[in-house]
Parts: sequence; C-alpha cells; structure tokens
Amino acid sequence: MTSITQDRSLLSRLFGARETGLVLIILTLFLIMSFASPHFLTWTNMRAMTMAFSVEAIVVVGMTILLISGGIDLSVGSVTALAMVIAGLLFLNGVNPWIASLIAIAACGMIGAIIGFFVTVVGLHHFIVTLAAMVIARGLCLLGTGGRPLGLFELPDSFKWIGIGSIGVIPVAIVIFVIVVAVFDFLLRRTTAFRLVYYTGSNEKAAAYSGIRTKRVIFLTTVLCSTLCGVAGIIYMARFGSAQPTFGVGMELNVIAAAVIGGASLSGGKGTIFGAILGAILLSLVSSSLALLNVSVYWQDIIRGSILLAAVTFDHYLVKRQAAGGRA
Amino acid sequence: MTAPSLLQLSDIAKSFGAIRALRSGQFDLRAGEIHALAGENGAGKSTLMNVLDGILQPDSGEIRIDDQLVRIDSPSTAQRLGIGFVHQEIALCADISVAENIFMAQTAQSRKRLMGGADLVAKAARVLAPLADIDPRLPAGQLSISQQQLVEIAKALTLDCRILILDEPTAALTEHEAQKLFAIMRGLAARGMGIIYISHRMAEIFDNCDRVTVMRDGQHIRTDRTADIAPSDVVNAMVGRKLDTLYPPKHRGSRGAEILRIEGLTDRRFHDVSFTLHKGEILGFGGLIGAGRSEIARGVTRLEGAAQGRVWLHGQEVTLRNYSDCIARGIVYLSEDRKGDGVFLDLPIAANIAALDLARVSGRLGVIDAAREAAQAQRIGASLHLKAASVAHRVSSLSGGNQQKVALAKLLAVQPQVIFLDEPTRGVDVGAKAEIHGILRGLADSGVGIAVISSEMPELIGLCDRVVVVSEGRIAGELSGTDLTETNIMTLAAPGATAFAGTIQ
Repeated sequence: MTSITQDRSLLSRLFGARETGLVLIILTLFLIMSFASPHFLTWTNMRAMTMAFSVEAIVVVGMTILLISGGIDLSVGSVTALAMVIAGLLFLNGVNPWIASLIAIAACGMIGAIIGFFVTVVGLHHFIVTLAAMVIARGLCLLGTGGRPLGLFELPDSFKWIGIGSIGVIPVAIVIFVIVVAVFDFLLRRTTAFRLVYYTGSNEKAAAYSGIRTKRVIFLTTVLCSTLCGVAGIIYMARFGSAQPTFGVGMELNVIAAAVIGGASLSGGKGTIFGAILGAILLSLVSSSLALLNVSVYWQDIIRGSILLAAVTFDHYLVKRQAAGGRA
Repeated sequence: MTAPSLLQLSDIAKSFGAIRALRSGQFDLRAGEIHALAGENGAGKSTLMNVLDGILQPDSGEIRIDDQLVRIDSPSTAQRLGIGFVHQEIALCADISVAENIFMAQTAQSRKRLMGGADLVAKAARVLAPLADIDPRLPAGQLSISQQQLVEIAKALTLDCRILILDEPTAALTEHEAQKLFAIMRGLAARGMGIIYISHRMAEIFDNCDRVTVMRDGQHIRTDRTADIAPSDVVNAMVGRKLDTLYPPKHRGSRGAEILRIEGLTDRRFHDVSFTLHKGEILGFGGLIGAGRSEIARGVTRLEGAAQGRVWLHGQEVTLRNYSDCIARGIVYLSEDRKGDGVFLDLPIAANIAALDLARVSGRLGVIDAAREAAQAQRIGASLHLKAASVAHRVSSLSGGNQQKVALAKLLAVQPQVIFLDEPTRGVDVGAKAEIHGILRGLADSGVGIAVISSEMPELIGLCDRVVVVSEGRIAGELSGTDLTETNIMTLAAPGATAFAGTIQ
C-alpha cells in the first residue's frame, strides 16, 4: 500500500528544521543579552548591528547560491573592494557616480565570468581559481590607488543616501538588504531557474543525465556571486564616502561561515538564503554581544570559529544519523 | 588424494539493514586447488569474499585457516593471514609508476624511510614479466584497462599470499591475456596456493578450475568437482528457479510498429551499430561488461561522445544534438549507477521526479507550483508502488528498490516514447526486482519502447522479447524466441567470436 502524504512546500519543509533552530538560538541569545547589558536593547545598538551585517549579507546571498551549485568563491572580499576602487577612480575622473557604479558592478561581473571560464571551460577547481582571483583583484585595488584610500568627498548626497540615508526610521542599506534577501530567497525556493542550481550542486552528473546544462548553471552562479560583491562594494563606498583598497580582507571566511552555519554545504546541493542570513545574523550578534560585554576582540575570532565548528559537527552527525536511519 | 584444507568458511551470515545479503555462506578451499565461486549478481559472492578479506564483519559464522579459528577484522589482518584479493574494480594510483603501485602495500608497512629506486623497478619487472609486457616505470594511468587489471594481479602476487581471491579478473582482458593469466594461476596452484576464482563464465570455470561452488540468494547451493558435472548443472543451480514464473509474460502476436530505428551509429567505443525497437516489445542488450552497451545507449541519447549515425523516431528521421533534445522528443536514459548519476540523494523525492522537465510543474514565469510538484510525484509514485512516507522526504531515506523507482519515475514524468534502462535492477532486492520487471512490461504494453541493458543472463532471457548481443563495440547478433538462451548469448558475446562455443553445452 502506498502512502504518500500531501505536502505544501517541499523545500521549505526539508530545510525548515535548521532555520527554526537558528531562530531559537538567536532569540535566546537576544533575550540573554537584553538582561546582560543595558546597552543591548537600544535603538542605536539594534541599528548599528543591522547596519554592520546588512551589506555583507548581500555577499552572503551570492556565496550561498554558489555553494549550493557546488562552487566556492574566495575572492569576494577583494572583488568587493575592487568595485569601490573602480567606481571611486571613475568618479574622481569626472564620471557620474551612478554610471561609475554600474560600470564597477559590470566589471565585477566580468571577473566572475573570467573565474567561470576557468572553472567550466578550462576545468579548474573553484577554490584554486578564486584564490588566484582574490590575490589578483587585491593587487588591482592597490595598483589603482597606490595603496591609499581614495577620499570621495565630492560624492553627491543623493548617492551617499544609499549608504547612510533612511526611509523614515529605516536605513536605506537595510531596505536594500531586505529586498535582496527576500527576492533571492523566493527565487531559490520557487523558481525553476534556481532549482537547477540545487540539482547541479546535489549531483552534477545526475543533473547532466537529466538534461541540465550544468556548466552553464555553474558559470552563471559564479557571475552572480561576483556581481553581488560589486553591488555590496558600491553600498560600502556610499557609506564610507571613500574607496578603501584594503577593505574586505578575510570577508570570504565570514561569509562562508555564515552560509555554512545556515545549512549550506561545501559539497553543494544544500542551503537556503534565509538560513544563511540567519547564520550571518548569529555571527554578527555574537560579535556585538561580546563587544558589549567588554570581551577582548581577540576572543571574538576564537568564538566565531568555534560556532562554525559546532554547526558543521552538528550537521555531520545529523547526516550520519539520517543515513543510518535510511538504508544503505 | 584430498589435499589438506586451507580455508573453511561456515555459516557466514551478513545483513545490511533489512537486506540479508548472506544467509549461510559456505566455502572451503584446499591447498593447490583452483576453486570457482559462481552465482548471479547479488547472490552474495562479493559479500562472502569481503568478509574473508576483513572488509566486512559477519553477523555470525566461522572462518578457519589451517583448521584454526581466526577473526579477520581488517584487510591488513587478512593480508597477514596470507589472503590476497584482486578486486573487480581497478584501484591503482594513476599518477604514480606501475612499480610503485605494485609495491604499495609493502611500502606502507616497510620500515625503510626511502623509496627504492632502480631496485623497485627491477623487482616489478620480474613480477610482471610472465603476465605482460608492461614498462614498470610508466604511470599506471597511461596503461589500458586490461594492462591495469594485470598490474592489479601482479600486485596481489607480490603479497606472498597462500589464498588468492580473483574477482572476475578476465572481465576486461582479451582472450590471449586471459590464457596467460590461467597459466600463471595453474603455476601458483601447483606450488600449493589456493585460488578462489569468481566468475560466471562457464567456459573459464570448466577449463581451469578444479571445483566449483554455486551460491544463490546469499546461500550455498552446491559444491562439485568440475569433472563430475556439466556446465548446465551449474547454470541451473545459479538460476535455480523457473524463469517463466518469475518474469512477466512476454509480448504475444506479431511485432508492433517501429518506434525507434538506429542506423550506422559509430563512436570511439562502438562501430556501425544498427537496431530497431518496436511497439510492445522489450529489447535487451546483452554482452560482457565493457563491451560498449552503455556507451551505445549514452551515444544514442547524446549523453557522452559524439556518435555519428542516423536516428528515426516513429518513422521520421530526427537530429539529436544533446540530451535536452532527446528529452524533448521523449527518448530518455536510466543510468546504471543509481547513486552516482541516477538520483539526487539529498533532495526531496518530488524534486527528483520533477528534474527532467520543471516546466510541467511550474507556471508561466518559471515559478514552481509546489502542490503540482507534489501531486505529480504522488501520481507517478503510486503507479510504481513507491513506498515512501512523504514525497517531501529525501531520496537517501529510501531502500535501493524504491530509489530505483524514483529514478524511473523521474523519466516517466516526461511521458517518454523510448526508455533506455542500464542495469535497471542492479542492487535491488528480489521482490522489488520482480516489481520493476512488471512495471517495464506494463510500459511496453502501453506502447513505450523499452530497451534494457543487463549483465544478468536470467533477466535478459526472462524479461526481453528480443536481445541484441554486443561484443567489442559491435552488434554480434540478435536472438529471440527459442534461440534466446544463455549459451547463444555467451557465444555471441565472447570476444574473438566463437572461442567458447564448443565448451558450453
């Protein structure tokens, strides 16, 4: 007798458990901190905390999609900085800041296309290609600026608005973040185009045997990730009012950690945008909590690393238990 | 004149979850004999040998070597006890030299800190000399498959073992290479080694082995001196059941309309392949492993290679550029490697079933309708008697037979015209196997063209109406009706045409 129950949303149910767990952990931490520090539950702190991860979260979105497809990108930090530097240099040479930004974002997309070329056409591994891209993009940043930040004091307020402005009481950066996350979360959960990313990452050969052009999927996710880095770089530039060639060193680790804590896997096929953002919120919350509690900044990395290890270990046992529960 | 007992396996049992791979494995080996172990795929041969090699731990049973009870808890223990195992799969390191590959085990255990140089090459050359003309300095990856197989055998020969297990060693070898191997085996046996020879080629068993043990469904069936019995006795013991009752009834009446016609299909691994597939029939592809059957199916469906040739679907010539074209025209392929490339193990069942054509479950803007996706999975799942608690569950939570049904459901979702199935019941238990056979027959009756590649003789003979036999990348012949026998298939399949024909009764 076949018994198959009706289920409304398949992917959401499968990945729901992880997200629920993260929300609970975040709420608990939130509650504890509200009592532990009088400065925690203040509008200023909340706003600062959200601002701190809202731009990086855009990079988390790109990285998560790339991880789901089975890829990885170590160059996100340098590409984000490169977007700032390109847009900044163009602006200093008299280009309209909006047009300069679009060119910079397109340039980042090109870098993604070059990475994608080496991965899909030449056949190298993402890890190695993006390691090279990371170093090259950083080199370009330093080359373009002579290693010094570019002061962009002439940026019009209308442009700076996307970095520091507000709509009502809500900062624009947060609005952009919410829109990007909501849109990509929907796309990834519900659309056929992004479902192909899951198929490809879950089992590239099975995807090819299902008629999916996997190389194209991998190429496009790589381009998307770099393009989103470009978008993030521009928002940073608007916020800082400068282009900083050394910005974003170590960002890749933070971003990958957030995605993995949120349920993505380095072997591909798993993860959600919502989960990854929760991972980013958790990491950010831990950082600011530790700062509020006057814990040495040196401890922060140790604790964040431990959280990552705990999340991955938890995952590993979950997968093993499921495998044992099913049949070999 | 009975030689002393070297090895005795008694009442070995081993289960994987609910699957009882071994119920009562029995095997005994005398010093100086070549003892064949025969049985269909899934009969438990490999499980029994893996227990002997310490790869698997038995649930119960005893292993005695020289009448001493032993416990073999790992392959290195097995090696210490003098057991050498040449696996069917080749496991050489492609980038290091043949010589270093051959002495890999010794290097791992050696107390020497430095690798030997010229000395190692000379030693490897001495081991290889009687087997084949292979330069031990070449990287193993540069050798042909049959040369690599011979290196695997050479590797085992250096281990100074008393019990040598050879698992279908001739599957990738040419007739000439196989004869050299048999000569070496006889030499080793004459020096007192006991050799366990796993094969289901009757000619090899009866020409080279002293005794033969047949296993079926995880049990010992019989052990005889090859001089005392006929190959047909062994085959009957292997199959052990009336084929007609196990398989669904075959197609009756005259041949239906032509669905698919392939002419002159040629690629690197196969040449000038032509065949037709008709309405209502199940077409089988028989032949040895590596003969090119899977390559032909993947060539037709454009999954690999760049095959040249002409294809007609329902009498109209079609051009197929890639697999997406094939799916659009309803020609689909079910892979032999279910876990490797058949299903997405960590995705939900419904997402698996929708994979070939997401447009069927999505709206105009490419937004997937979860309810339609689930409904599709339930509809097709139910028609295949898929046993799953929910279509939202991951495929990895299902049994092998049900995973295979998901892989099949994935293809059925696009309402195919022609399905190529590569080893559709490999690794599936007996019950699910019969069910899958029934499903395939039902599909054939409903007008879908079914082409089955199988390495199991009983499956080819029991299930298929017509069998095309492939040998070394060419169609060696076609069998149907009363000509469809194991003997005829083997005769056509053997490389070098009729080499074995005389020895099979």
